[in-house]
Amino acid sequence: MSTRPQDPPALTQSAIDAEIAAERDAYAERLADGLPPVHHPDRGYRPYRSSVLRHPEQPLVAVDDPEAVELSGPVFGVTDVTALDSDLTRQHLHEPLGERTTVTGRVLDREGRPVRGQLVEVWQANASGRYAHQRDDHPAPLDPNFTGVGRCLTGEDGAYAFTTIKPGAYPWRNHDNAWRPAHIHFSLFGTAFTQRLVTQMYFPGDPLFPHDPILQSVTDESARQRLVAAYDHSLSSPEWSLGYRWDIVLDGPSATWVEEGR
Amino acid sequence: MTVRRPTPSQTVGPFYGYALPFPEGETPAAAHHPDAVTVHGNVHDGAGAPVPDALLEFWQPGPDGSRTGAPGSMRRSPTDAGFLGRNGTDFTGFARVATDADGHFAVRTLPPGGVPYLSVVVFARGLLHHLHTRVYLPRALAEAPRDALLDSLAEERRRTLLADEEGERRYRFDVRLQSDGTHEETVFLAFE
Ligand SMILES: [Fe+2]
Repeated sequence: MSTRPQDPPALTQSAIDAEIAAERDAYAERLADGLPPVHHPDRGYRPYRSSVLRHPEQPLVAVDDPEAVELSGPVFGVTDVTALDSDLTRQHLHEPLGERTTVTGRVLDREGRPVRGQLVEVWQANASGRYAHQRDDHPAPLDPNFTGVGRCLTGEDGAYAFTTIKPGAYPWRNHDNAWRPAHIHFSLFGTAFTQRLVTQMYFPGDPLFPHDPILQSVTDESARQRLVAAYDHSLSSPEWSLGYRWDIVLDGPSATWVEEGR
Repeated sequence: MTVRRPTPSQTVGPFYGYALPFPEGETPAAAHHPDAVTVHGNVHDGAGAPVPDALLEFWQPGPDGSRTGAPGSMRRSPTDAGFLGRNGTDFTGFARVATDADGHFAVRTLPPGGVPYLSVVVFARGLLHHLHTRVYLPRALAEAPRDALLDSLAEERRRTLLADEEGERRYRFDVRLQSDGTHEETVFLAFE
């Protein structure tokens, strides 16, 4: 007979699925009670276990000061980017493996105004689901022709565009047999620091969606849909690449909007 | 005008480290600037453990109070696209620094003009939506002792936003994402 203590039972996907369902039911009840929709994840969303010790338990303190510095924000310019930055398939000697993909869209504020000349940063795994990061120990091959980092500035109409390859799904250790759906990480600046956004873009129809506590942390169904790009055949290029469209709307107030000019 | 619904936030995850930090991101003040101040500290979780995969961003007015910033935070090589760091002359007001393996960060900047604080945004693996907070600098506060936000807070909460002056031009500011039972959770802010 072994005296070795038993390993704790593994946290299964079905246990996480049940937690996800419970969170969704609780949210539906809130809506039924007449509370307004919630667009962003609850920072304490427990099915994503890393959140447990990393979210504040005190309410946020509202700042209602028209002079707050956060209503302005950093600016970026041509010295911050190079032409190669927005094409992740051309940053090495040869081309990376994977489905060549373009992702384009517009960055807008909540009034629908374009966010002009601001920095968009992306990072992603390669086609095998491996990041070019030393702490990624997923035993999938690195691609010597793919780093997975891109940048661009938005145009006058708020448009951005990247050429890349479609990232692969990858395993992580939130629970037993946890897999992330394919996604591209995005970082965005608005005209104010209050509009800062870091998020993830997903590809339509991924079978991992219902099992992923990070995507499901957005408990509002239509908000969750806004994280999924649309396949757009008019953006696909014959004999070359598949096209996706994803528009981004930045939350938060801004005091620095100038209606004309800039 | 129709108000658009915002794109939800998602965590920065563990692997931003090769994408977001840039050379000299933590030093908006030019090297050897006589007025430069260092703000450093740790990011802790609710068990009091250091958070080694947090990313902090700082935004502030220039010493003259200007809030327009300056582009060129990340100067690039025109020949090989490599990162050259900052240009050494323009003050952008923007800093970005990742915590190290001990959960520690340090930024070197210039004192903000017109306000006693630096604006801070915190990202981390495990944090599904970034957090806003502020570092109040005691010297700047002594010149403008009334601040609507600080005045609205109970003393133990208020204290979490005050940097400790450790020495000449050197300040300590720790971020606590959650109380560990001993230390107060940092005050985080919402802007409506
Ligand atoms: Fe990821």
